[in-house]
Amino acid sequence: MDQVTDTDLSDRNAASRFERLYRFHGGLVLPGHHEISTSLPIKDAGVPPLLVIPLLQHIGETAEYLVKEGDYVHKGQMIAAPRGNVSAPVHASSSGTVIKLEERPFPHPSGFSFPSVVIETDGRDEWAEHAHTLPDYRQLSRVRLLDHIRAAGIVGLGGAGFPTQVKLSKGPGDRIDLLVINGVECEPYISCDNMLLQERSREVLEGVRILQHILQPRDCVIAIEADMQAAEAALRAAVTGMADTGIKVVCVPERYPSGGERQLIKVLTGREVPSQSFPSDIGIICQNVGTTAAVYRAVVENRPLVSRIVTVTGAGVKQPRNLEILIGTPFSYAVEACGGYSDDIDRLLMGGPMMGFAVSTDEIPVIKATNCILAVTREEMPPPVAALPCIRCGKCTEVCPADLLPQQLYWYAHSGNLDAAQDYSLFDCIECGCCAYVCPSHIPLVQYYRHAKTEIWNAEKQKKASDRARERHLSRQARLEHIKRERAERLARKKRAVSGKDGAREAAKKAAIQAALERVRKKKESEGISQKNVDNLSAEQAEKIREVDRRRQHKHSPGEH
Amino acid sequence: MKFNTYSSPHLPVAENVSAMMQKVLLALLPGIACAVWLFGWGILINILLASLTAMGAEALVLKVRRRPVKMALLDGSALLTAVLLALALPPLTPWWIPVVGTLFAIVVAKQLYGGLGYNPFNPAMVGYVVLLISFPLELTLWSAPGGYPGLLDTLTLVFTDTARTGAGLDALSMATPMDTIKTRLGLNQTLSEIYNPVLFGYFGGAAWEWINLGFLLGGLWLLQARVIQWQIPVGMLGGLFAMSLVFYLFNPDSYTSPTFHLFSGAAMLGAFFIATDPVSASTTPRGRLIYAAGIGILTYLIRTWGGYPDGVAFAVLLMNMAAPTIDHYTRPRVFGQS
Repeated sequence: MDQVTDTDLSDRNAASRFERLYRFHGGLVLPGHHEISTSLPIKDAGVPPLLVIPLLQHIGETAEYLVKEGDYVHKGQMIAAPRGNVSAPVHASSSGTVIKLEERPFPHPSGFSFPSVVIETDGRDEWAEHAHTLPDYRQLSRVRLLDHIRAAGIVGLGGAGFPTQVKLSKGPGDRIDLLVINGVECEPYISCDNMLLQERSREVLEGVRILQHILQPRDCVIAIEADMQAAEAALRAAVTGMADTGIKVVCVPERYPSGGERQLIKVLTGREVPSQSFPSDIGIICQNVGTTAAVYRAVVENRPLVSRIVTVTGAGVKQPRNLEILIGTPFSYAVEACGGYSDDIDRLLMGGPMMGFAVSTDEIPVIKATNCILAVTREEMPPPVAALPCIRCGKCTEVCPADLLPQQLYWYAHSGNLDAAQDYSLFDCIECGCCAYVCPSHIPLVQYYRHAKTEIWNAEKQKKASDRARERHLSRQARLEHIKRERAERLARKKRAVSGKDGAREAAKKAAIQAALERVRKKKESEGISQKNVDNLSAEQAEKIREVDRRRQHKHSPGEH
Repeated sequence: MKFNTYSSPHLPVAENVSAMMQKVLLALLPGIACAVWLFGWGILINILLASLTAMGAEALVLKVRRRPVKMALLDGSALLTAVLLALALPPLTPWWIPVVGTLFAIVVAKQLYGGLGYNPFNPAMVGYVVLLISFPLELTLWSAPGGYPGLLDTLTLVFTDTARTGAGLDALSMATPMDTIKTRLGLNQTLSEIYNPVLFGYFGGAAWEWINLGFLLGGLWLLQARVIQWQIPVGMLGGLFAMSLVFYLFNPDSYTSPTFHLFSGAAMLGAFFIATDPVSASTTPRGRLIYAAGIGILTYLIRTWGGYPDGVAFAVLLMNMAAPTIDHYTRPRVFGQS
């Protein structure tokens, strides 16, 4: 079943809802490796001597410095303010002195640096005194709560880092049917959500209730993966302990990428979020369990987001486990807290092995989006081998959760035919990596898609720039044209005026000529210049002469015709 | 500390081309065993000659094209082409037939188009059709099932064109059941008049039904091992079955039965091993079904009304031509799009 209509959903009664799950196309059952990091409890990583807190840890506008070098900051103090609507503030994760405001290496595939606040911690880890404590959230308006969540710097902790309050904001008329709390940690190795649910399911649930209060959804589901038995038990116990929550715990089958927002919504409801739109467009909002716990801390404990749970795992680290870690803590410090690297460490990743990216150095800070630090050995993940040509075997098509034709996309991306790549829905690719994982020719497909997307974005940017330039050019031309036209008109007007004077002069001339002729005629008459030899003419001859005279007269009096 | 960086995904890739090709070669074994059992050494000699030619030709062309030779030879694709072509050839055919066919398949149909992944036509079938059109006589040299000459005799035949006993090829070879039936039907005989256990086995063509069964077995294993997908075998066998059923029901005395069609000639080899060549086939799930059904239908048309007893090779090449168009019109609905 592909599409389920609204009536289908509301017709079924609430108890039986979400009993039946749906399938999305493709996907993979991957070796989980979650257990590597779940045997030890979450450990507090402590306060590192130096914290590097980047201004941009979210999707949207970069925050602005609120502090200067030499300032003393308390834990939880806002050190950078959000700029614009889609943005998030940044807080000091511990108390200490701001020693530098400068660009520092940032966890990103390209390894670039980003403006950051560098804090030398004093080890006291002292919280800032908050001006006011928040009353019971049930007494607060939606707007007030959203402002508070924004001020707490909460962004999606599942990895995307989208400002949470933006996601929770909706028009007053929009109805949210379903709130999905996403605990489906489908990517191998990662276990931070799993451990959070095992140890702090109450916090998560309190957070869910706050979100329910804000959104007033008809249904609320906490989705976890079927193999998270301990988390499920903890969660169910906590749900039963709370009265009248309306929260349903659903275990979804293990199949990567079922934790992807769109895939999870399909599994739970059978509905597909339309391409290029958001879940809220079909009345669904999805939040990560970690984000939900952060909302609880912000609203109930009045603590902004200064730390998160990070899975430090892989065969490249001696004691894999989950850490409660301050934002801004260097990766190296986190790995030290887990016993350090093993001797055969080869690669360091931020995120999981399917969608995470490799970093070249561990002198980069944990940011809000860091869910996993994965240290792997060569044996565990050998370096990529040389790619063979695509044999069009179609295995990629079989596993693509977006129902794309990855081999065609590759073909077009490879040959630089970006229009065709877009026609084959390149931008519906979620870069989950399933296609590359099954490719027998070992083609780094996702890399090609990312490259093609970047090229298109750049081209679009250039097009926008050139559009702007063209607009500027056109308006300039229009302006020049206008000026030219005006000048021409002015000239024409002048000309007309001038030619008007000419006419008068002409008329005067004619009049003068006329007057002169008249004078001559009169003179002739008065001086007695008369006809000669006309005395003895016959009547006939006399008549001829008169005739000629008449004609002559006629000729000399212009203007009569 | 500094680390190596590569692009995601980082999990080691699960599959590789040469393992796939090896599995396909392995899956051919039951069918090959049946063919050797029924038609003797000639089958193995053909496979050997074609394989050696394929590897030699592939290496040579790659060297000329300045491409890595070793990796391409190890991918197993040239070997697979050779074996598939050899399996289409009669066992008593002269030695140069597999050599010429394989040379054409590898050099022209595969490498001149750009090598692995770039050939629009199935190389083995191009090689076979070139032979069929150029040397029709040499391609009829099938021995009587079970009545094949010994190894030494076969070698002498293959390399010198005459048997050691002096017996001509005519004495040793005979037409295939499909060939005979087609000729006789062409002479306006009815199937009940033609009926003869030498031609008809238990459910398919005599002897050929076992070979087809062997390939079916290997093919099912390929499906189970997920090396191939169900669409192509189901589409091709379905197309062939549907066509033969309609005409068989219409007049069972003029048209051979569906089971005869499914278990004669190259039906199973074609459905599981030839039409499934991914490079030249359609690549969308729906497209593959249409592509393969087209092969099944065309195979029936050529077998029944065409100039050749079997039609798999022509049908595959014709549908190869249609594959890009089929792909264009059978794109799957993208997630979230209507």
